[in-house]
Amino acid sequence: MSIWLVMALCGAVTFLIRLSFIAAEGRIAFPSGFRRVLPFVPVAALTALVIPELLMPQGTLWLAWDNARLIAGLAAIVIAATTRSVLWTLVGGFVVLGVWLS
Amino acid sequence: MEKLSAFPFDSGAQWRIIRPSRIPPILMTIMAASASREFQAGVLALAPLLVGVIPFGMIYGALALSQGLSPAAALAMSSILFAGSAQFLFCQLLGMGAPVTVMVAEVGLLNLRHALYSAAVAPRIAHLHRRWKLALAYLLTDEAYAVIARREAADDTGPYRHWFYLGAGLALWGGWQLSTAAGVVLGARLPADWPLDFALPLTFIAIVVPLIRNRTLLAVAAVSGIVALLAAGLPFKLGLLVAALAGMAVGWRLAGGVR
Repeated sequence: MSIWLVMALCGAVTFLIRLSFIAAEGRIAFPSGFRRVLPFVPVAALTALVIPELLMPQGTLWLAWDNARLIAGLAAIVIAATTRSVLWTLVGGFVVLGVWLS
Repeated sequence: MEKLSAFPFDSGAQWRIIRPSRIPPILMTIMAASASREFQAGVLALAPLLVGVIPFGMIYGALALSQGLSPAAALAMSSILFAGSAQFLFCQLLGMGAPVTVMVAEVGLLNLRHALYSAAVAPRIAHLHRRWKLALAYLLTDEAYAVIARREAADDTGPYRHWFYLGAGLALWGGWQLSTAAGVVLGARLPADWPLDFALPLTFIAIVVPLIRNRTLLAVAAVSGIVALLAAGLPFKLGLLVAALAGMAVGWRLAGGVR
């Protein structure tokens, strides 16, 4: 199958997800179970994406002080929890990573 | 200079046939000023997030080329998909030779979180024209939503706040297209020892951590993270799918399950 077709499919799925509730507002009622699971979706999906990046940067579990990505990630979590600032989280995470790698 | 008779309030019959051109200039000016102020506020609110988006976009551009996408396809994907993490995943799966069904299913599941943003924004833009709804749906990303949610928490008034949404969405869109293009142009010339790819987990940490407001959400995060590690060996990154589903199932169960 052409790569463009696969891209179009993925793009259509993504757009329809984003449009779902906006288009359905006032017309279709979604099942309550679906609505109840919604608040957990971003946390579930994004945590599943982030944790292996920190603990398995090279494909296997690496729980040690010299894993710079783990240390920088933990620092970023603390900064994000205290400041709630995206900018400081990014800057702090990159600074700790740079310091730890040097 | 329009005559005062064009003013909408001077006659009971006239207001019904009013068209934008019949709105008095002074009112038009005030409306445009509020809309553009909201738009600018949206752009400014999103700006700090570009610090993460720019390296992320550059890395995506370089990754896309290295996994066999043509420069044209790599650039087009930033408009067609317009979802950083999903574009990353798409390229990685492409490099692994994953089947089309797996690619569409994983991109769909990863982006399912946007349904939450859609549900949160829906009642606030229900009154707008369909064109607005389509545009704002297309621009609804993690970053734009994070900024919109913060604005709504601080101040949920203002008849022109959809301009704020548009400003935030377009600022991210522009930043994403430009940084992707930079990545495609620079490609392999980006220094390999710069850990720019770390912008991805850092951005998501910045978005996820403030979302974890109670024990249920903490449990969801813990389960997703642990399952993601345990299932990391599955082919085609299916562990991501399994982990996200496990997290959602735990949240659903803790929130009461079937009622």
